[in-house]
Parts: sequence; C-alpha cells; structure tokens
Amino acid sequence: MERTTLDLWVGMFVVAGIAALVMLAMKVGNLGTYNVSDTYQVHAYFSNIGGLKPKASIRSAGVLVGRVTSISLDTERYEADVVMSIDKRYPFPKDTFANILTSGLLGEQYIGLVPGGDTAMLKNGDLMKQTQSAMVLEDLISKFMYSKASEAAK
Amino acid sequence: MMGVVNTIRAIGHRIINAVWRIGVASRFFFLTLLYSGNSFRRFHLIIKELFSSGVMSLIIIVVAGLFVGMVLGLQGYETLKRYGSESALGVMVALGLVRELGPVMAALLFASRAGSAMTAEIGLMKATEQISAMEMMAVNPIARIVAPRFWAGVISMPLLAALFSAVGIFGGYLVGVVQIGVDAGSFWSQMQAAVDFREDIMNGMIKSLVFGVVVTVIALFEGFDAPPTAEGVSGATTRTVVTSSLAILMLDFVLTAIMFRGA
Repeated sequence: MERTTLDLWVGMFVVAGIAALVMLAMKVGNLGTYNVSDTYQVHAYFSNIGGLKPKASIRSAGVLVGRVTSISLDTERYEADVVMSIDKRYPFPKDTFANILTSGLLGEQYIGLVPGGDTAMLKNGDLMKQTQSAMVLEDLISKFMYSKASEAAK
Repeated sequence: MMGVVNTIRAIGHRIINAVWRIGVASRFFFLTLLYSGNSFRRFHLIIKELFSSGVMSLIIIVVAGLFVGMVLGLQGYETLKRYGSESALGVMVALGLVRELGPVMAALLFASRAGSAMTAEIGLMKATEQISAMEMMAVNPIARIVAPRFWAGVISMPLLAALFSAVGIFGGYLVGVVQIGVDAGSFWSQMQAAVDFREDIMNGMIKSLVFGVVVTVIALFEGFDAPPTAEGVSGATTRTVVTSSLAILMLDFVLTAIMFRGA
C-alpha cells in the first residue's frame, strides 16, 4: 500500500485528538490520581448527613483516602447508611471516628476520619460505630438564638 | 376569506413537506449505514475525507478553543474573585469546556466549516450530473460518496471536541495562572478533584459523537436533496448550517438533561 502525505496529515490529526483525550483524562480528570480497584468498603450510620453526596471525598489528616460510594436511608433505624470505599494502602483502627465536615464556609461536605487506639483494623464490610453528623446551619443558628434569649431573660 | 384559507393551506403544506423531508432523511440515514460496509473495505476513501473535514478544521478548532478558554479564564476569575474562591478557576474552566463548550462549540464550528463544504460539494456533483453518471455506471452513490464522508465526520468530531477542550483549558491556564497569577497547584489539583473521567469527560465525548452523526447526516442529506441549480445548492448550504446549528443546541439540552441531572 502506498503512503501519501495525506495519510501523514490524517495520522497526525488522529494522534493529536487521542493525545488531547489522554491529556484530559490524566491531567484534568481523576483517572491518574485515584484508582478504584484497590479499596475496602466500610459502613457508617449518621443521623443527619446534611449535604453529603456520593463520590464526596474521605479525608484523614487532610489526605484524600477514599470516596463515598453510596448513601441510602436505613428504614429500621431511620438513619443514613453511608458506604465508603477506602484505599487499601491506608488501614484504620476499628474505633475510628467518622465526622461529616465542610471544607471552608460554603464548600462541599466530606467525611473526616480520626483514628482511634484500637489494635484491630477495619476490614471490608465492617461498621464504623462512632460517627458525628453534619452541622446544619439552621440548627446552629436556632441554638444560638435560644441561648441569647435565655441570657436576656436573666 | 380566501386569504385565510390560503394561509392555512400554506402552513399545512409546509408542515407536510417538513415531515416528508424528515422521513426521506431517515431513510437516507439508514441507507448510509447499510452501505457503510463497502466504505470500510475501501478505507482510503475515509482517509481522504478525514483530511478534508477533520484536518482542515484543525486550525479553526485550535484557535477558537484557545480564545474561548482565555475568555473563560478572564470572566471566571472576575466572578470568582468576589467570593474569594479564585482557586476554583480551574474547576470552572475545565467543567465548562469538557461538559458543554467543547462538544457544542466544536460541533458548531464543524457544521459551518466542514458541513457546509460537504453540502456544496455533493450539491454541485448533483447539479453537474456526476451522481447520475455514477448510477449509470452501476456505482452506488451512497456507498461511494456519502458513507465515507459520514464516517469521516463521525470519527473526527470527538477528536476535534477533545482538542478544543484541551486547548481551551490551556488557554484558561495561560490567562488564569500565567497572566493573572492564580496558584498553579490549586488550579490543577482542584480541577482533578472535581472532574470525573467517566461522568464528565466520557459524557462530553458521547455528546460530540452524537453531534457528529447529526451534523454529517444533515449536511449530506441537504447536499443530496438540493435542487440541481446554483440557487438550489446555495440554499441547501445555508439550510445545512442553520438546521445543524439548531439541532446541536437543542440536542445538547436534551443530552445534558439526561446525563447531568442529579449529578
């Protein structure tokens, strides 16, 4: 088959397009930074998750260690059942504390893990028993108003 | 009284005509798919069309992408500055380009750069009776002329959209980081945290694939359906650009509603 300059141009075009796609995937997207395969799954119940969404990040000491996989309402306890995938490289003790936190004042919500002192580590499918729900701004404001009102009554 | 009747008659005629054309266009699309096998066996025809529709659109795509990205960087910075969140500039530029502007702008440019050329070329072939000559020689014009152009358009559209987005993000980087001085680390890292490969980039690529199919089918059909006169070809070229631009924007809304709702 004879080669022409036309083939060269078309080849360059296709290579440039695919290179752009790879660059988007690696540099712009999260394909280069986060590997889904090597994770273990952990459950936690929260009485209020606030604005937490699936795929929200899970951080410990500020380091990204995993992502929220799914959120559903458990109708036996009427609490939110949050499933988290945590990177296998980071084992956590059984009594790890899971808090729902907010990055910045108006930022998105994430789960912060504070490790406890247990020697046994969390395994796939385990339950994190100690959790702290999201802070809801309305609750905070109403608490503040009540305390102000009772101060004024004194 | 007669005026009203004539108006209603004219409206009805136009509607029936439009439905008729949609039917013929659908049949044309299926015939194109049916005869594509032949054009894959003679791949050099597709290569030739890839050159004239894909490679020749490169310059307009790259330049437009760079400037769209630069404008996004500038405008995004001015808005985000008010909330003290300039570091989210990368997220804004990347999501805007990958989800919407990349596929849509690339498709609009492709429709006016390559789509109009396809219509004019095929329309002129018809006007100079080259298509009738082919049929006379028992060469199927859909297999020989239409199918290679169709596949060239479908292949080059996602590649052009990816290039547009990549160059646009670079443009946003140039204005945001190099010129204004947003922190480069947070520009890239927040972008990587927010842009999901499957959810954002792949959905954008699916969008541009759909646009590629729609634009090339409209362009080829208008060319094939053009009245074989100079006026007919020019009218068909105009209709290609108008119809495909509207189709892109409307389809974009539908696809966005399907893909990104609830995300």
